[in-house]
Amino acid sequence: MEFRLSDKSLLPALIALLLLGSCISLAVGAMTIGWRDVLAGLMQWSWPGILDQDVPEQYALVLGEIRLPRLLLGLIVGGTLSVCGAVMQGMFRNPLAEPGIIGISSGAAVGAGIVLVFGGVLSVWLGAFYEKLQWLLLPAFASTGAIMATWLVYILGDRGRSVVMMLLAGIAISALAGAALGMFAYVATDTALRDMTMWQLGSLSGATWTSVLVTGFIFAISAGLLWARANDLNALLLGESDARHLGVDVIGLKRQIIVLNGIAVGAAVSVSGIIGFVGLVVPHIVRLLRGPDHRYLIPYSALLGGLLLTVADTIARSVFAPAEMPVGIITALLGAPFFLFLLWQQRQQIF
Amino acid sequence: MLMKSLLEISDLSIQYPRAASPLLEHISLGFACGEVTALLGPNGCGKTSLLRAISGELDYSGRIHLFGRPQADWYRSQSEHRALARRYGLLAQHSNVNFAFTSREVVQLGLGPGSLSRVEQGDRVEHFMQRADVWHLRDRLFPSLSGGEKQRVQLARVLSQLSLAEPGEEKILLLDEPTSALDLKHQHQVLALAGEIAGENTAVVAVLHDLNLAARYADRMVMLANGQVQADGTPAALLQPDLVERVYGYRGQLVDMAGYRALL
Repeated sequence: MEFRLSDKSLLPALIALLLLGSCISLAVGAMTIGWRDVLAGLMQWSWPGILDQDVPEQYALVLGEIRLPRLLLGLIVGGTLSVCGAVMQGMFRNPLAEPGIIGISSGAAVGAGIVLVFGGVLSVWLGAFYEKLQWLLLPAFASTGAIMATWLVYILGDRGRSVVMMLLAGIAISALAGAALGMFAYVATDTALRDMTMWQLGSLSGATWTSVLVTGFIFAISAGLLWARANDLNALLLGESDARHLGVDVIGLKRQIIVLNGIAVGAAVSVSGIIGFVGLVVPHIVRLLRGPDHRYLIPYSALLGGLLLTVADTIARSVFAPAEMPVGIITALLGAPFFLFLLWQQRQQIF
Repeated sequence: MLMKSLLEISDLSIQYPRAASPLLEHISLGFACGEVTALLGPNGCGKTSLLRAISGELDYSGRIHLFGRPQADWYRSQSEHRALARRYGLLAQHSNVNFAFTSREVVQLGLGPGSLSRVEQGDRVEHFMQRADVWHLRDRLFPSLSGGEKQRVQLARVLSQLSLAEPGEEKILLLDEPTSALDLKHQHQVLALAGEIAGENTAVVAVLHDLNLAARYADRMVMLANGQVQADGTPAALLQPDLVERVYGYRGQLVDMAGYRALL
């Protein structure tokens, strides 16, 4: 008998862990805040004067303007990468597909890099108008880059039939993206350079309420639309031909996956950079616990992905406090060995 | 018995790009409800390509009608495509699922998200898994099954898919080498099952390699070779050494034993 956890045990456990992780993430950091002060500080921030107690002003500020948006961004980006990883793996019919590994995040980073570096030229022409536009331009270009990269990998990988080609195409795109970003570095201004370095390593330190709203909105829409097609995604796991015989509009489904994934990954990368391996590890764990059915895989991946990235970010912020590591280093440190382990497991099947 | 052609192929030619000559040339065939037709012929004669053309996965010239309508019409809208899917099933030769579905979940995929209740879904899954003799494998992971077991689980999936047809609706079932990975007992079991399914308002077309197996279970045999239909008729008429030599280039010996004729 195959081991599967029921929703009754899995869902409450995951939500409890998510709440616990969130509280710890809010309390821990360069300035340690006790749990009662976390609550008080957040209340003070959201509704000044609601409490009789005296809460240090900087608590409210740190919690409301820095840690809370960062926590939410972590949940959103982690969820986005995990859901996209899960759906990519379904489309490529291979558990090794992941936005970072197959170069989709790199494509997005190039798109974002173009805006950052050449945006300066635009801002000269457009002036203040450009400033208002930038929050939209960044994810838009990043998403375009992600969609193009996905499409290219998919075509080169013989429509999901060749794992080797898929992984090699990912390497090629990542290399190309690395070269492009490296070249951008020579023409970039100092600010742009700092942003780009952060991106290549992946970090949540740029969290603002605007970025939370934009990525959150995009995540909710794209994950929701993909979840709505969970049954078709399940059929796709049988192969494109079999899915078509089951009445699934395979071409439309794949187009939808590529576009929605691209938009979501692009939005996530445009604020947090390339955070690798989350989309690989999370869906894998969910499949072990709950099976490969997309009706459950997608929501559970969203929850577990948020939890995992939040935990990783908390570690990244506290190991060398008050300095902080880019969270991408932590996820790679945990995820890359996991990837190697999966390769080891599949070594007979790949070639 | 009234014979109605559910699947009508006329003047069909298939030419692969870069191939010197067409794989199939101006073929016309009709497949009737209630019949099991065995599609036979040497390797590379175009049996699988014919099934792929019927499924719309391969370019061809000529006409293919499914249930009296041109094939392309069925794919025009999503609702028509879904309507076709509940009456038309294909069991592919190879199947590969890289994810840890149990056999029962794979069969369940045949029923899709339809309007059936949970209990009804479970009953149908069990019914068809019993008939394909894979019910004992229900909780095994699909990727861990042997080739023959996978083939039977997939058969159960396709049969459960066709069970979604409205009562009285005719169905088409295409089987691409359904016995290629099966042991002796299951070869016979699966082809007997194909006969039962044909009796349930279905036209069954099976690509087969074993002439004797085909002769025993099929109502009709069609032999393809060199781009043409070489022979089309009852098993008794087609199980002839001369004909078989012309089609396969191998002359067997006809043995008649206790009413069973076999070519050895």
